Amino acid sequence: MRHHLILRVVTKLLAGTIVLFALYVQFHGDYSPGGGFQAGVIMAVAFILYGIVFGLPKVQQVLPPWFVHKMVALGVLIYAGTGIVSLLLGYAYLDYGAFSPHHPSHGQHWGILAVELGVGITVTGVMVTIYYAFAARPARLSDEEW
Amino acid sequence: MTDQTTLDFVLGHANYWLFTVLMMTGLYIVVARGNLIKKIVGLNMFQTSVFMLYISMGKVTGGTAPIFPADLNIAPDVVYTNPLPHVLILTAIVVGIATTALGLALIVRIREEFDTIEEDDILVIEKRMAAEDDRLHGEAMGGRV
Amino acid sequence: MLVVTALAIVRLRNLFAVTMLAGVFSLLSALLFVVLDAVDVAFTEAAVGAGISTVLVLGTLALTSRVEKPSSHTPVLPLFVVTVTGAALLYGTLDMPSFGDANAPAMTHVAPDYLKRSPEEIGVPNVVTAILASYRGYDTLGETAVVFTAGIGVLLLISGLRRRREDEDEETEDGKNDEGGVY
Repeated sequence: MRHHLILRVVTKLLAGTIVLFALYVQFHGDYSPGGGFQAGVIMAVAFILYGIVFGLPKVQQVLPPWFVHKMVALGVLIYAGTGIVSLLLGYAYLDYGAFSPHHPSHGQHWGILAVELGVGITVTGVMVTIYYAFAARPARLSDEEW
Repeated sequence: MTDQTTLDFVLGHANYWLFTVLMMTGLYIVVARGNLIKKIVGLNMFQTSVFMLYISMGKVTGGTAPIFPADLNIAPDVVYTNPLPHVLILTAIVVGIATTALGLALIVRIREEFDTIEEDDILVIEKRMAAEDDRLHGEAMGGRV
Repeated sequence: MLVVTALAIVRLRNLFAVTMLAGVFSLLSALLFVVLDAVDVAFTEAAVGAGISTVLVLGTLALTSRVEKPSSHTPVLPLFVVTVTGAALLYGTLDMPSFGDANAPAMTHVAPDYLKRSPEEIGVPNVVTAILASYRGYDTLGETAVVFTAGIGVLLLISGLRRRREDEDEETEDGKNDEGGVY
């Protein structure tokens, strides 16, 4: 895609904005439509777009595969770990009231934030991993054949 | 009067019928087409129609999206759409794309092994391989070939 | 429009066009979700269906082939199966509550309870998030685990991790160290 000047410039402008939007969707999910699943997908889209236009090596400099693989596991760990913490505090598994015994609804806020963060990290990791896996294989069709 | 009830019935159920038609189109692609990628697309279409079916079951006439005002002062006469199907389908969509990716990965591997993604060709190759296996097995057991 | 797109997908044999139409189908269904008040779902469907899934299918096309062979079978048997299944489903819908009915069974059990209790108990304006992360936290944990598993599956199938280990089978120790270092 070396010759598509407009695509490259627009992608450079958009990639950062998409990441910002993903973070907004992630952390504003309690108040407006959104949450971990959507934010994860949108975050992954930013990297996939960058990868499509600038090539796999460039995007893997930003987000190396070993880091993405760790993200996949880290998200599930955060989610399950939230449950373990509430267990250790003497509440039921994933009962977020544990985080703020005097204001249960504050505890719920914290819990939801943590859990959504875990979901977001895992979904981003999985989507980017899948993209890397597909893009790393040598293509059979050349650009002209499309 | 009867006409009115019939009309109400048809209008109240047309959504289910639309989704059934879409669902069956997806099923037809899965059953009738031999190309594996086409099958995956058909499966996705089937899946999306099921999602639409669920969401349409949660709709309440005159309802609005299930998001409260930020100060949580809820006017008593506001009707909210059932949020439960939304939660179920939301997660199902993301799980759906993850499993679709798994299916596509399988297709890529199949293409590497068999050099085709058409079901008919794969069946022919597999039959030939099975016959070859049988022959080798028979020879190993000392039978006449 | 959805039906027209669906029929076009059935008819076309150019897989590139099929992929694009599948994206259009997703986008149209996202519009439908907005009309049905499911904004969260519409959001997800637009991002996933029209974005990621199109990219993935295109990636697969690049790794395989882009034209479907004409089918050698007659479409009679599939059509018969589909018609029978469809007729059974249509018969089933006759007992369904009509569209938008506030007294339908789906509306009368836990859903109003969630809507009533979540302002005090959770204090989060978006009820969908409240149910997703709190009331049905186990459910979402399971879904996250499924996504995790699917990701691992794709990794094992096509990322080439396994092949590398087979190559270095003789020097197992080295292979292991190598993998630990890189991944």
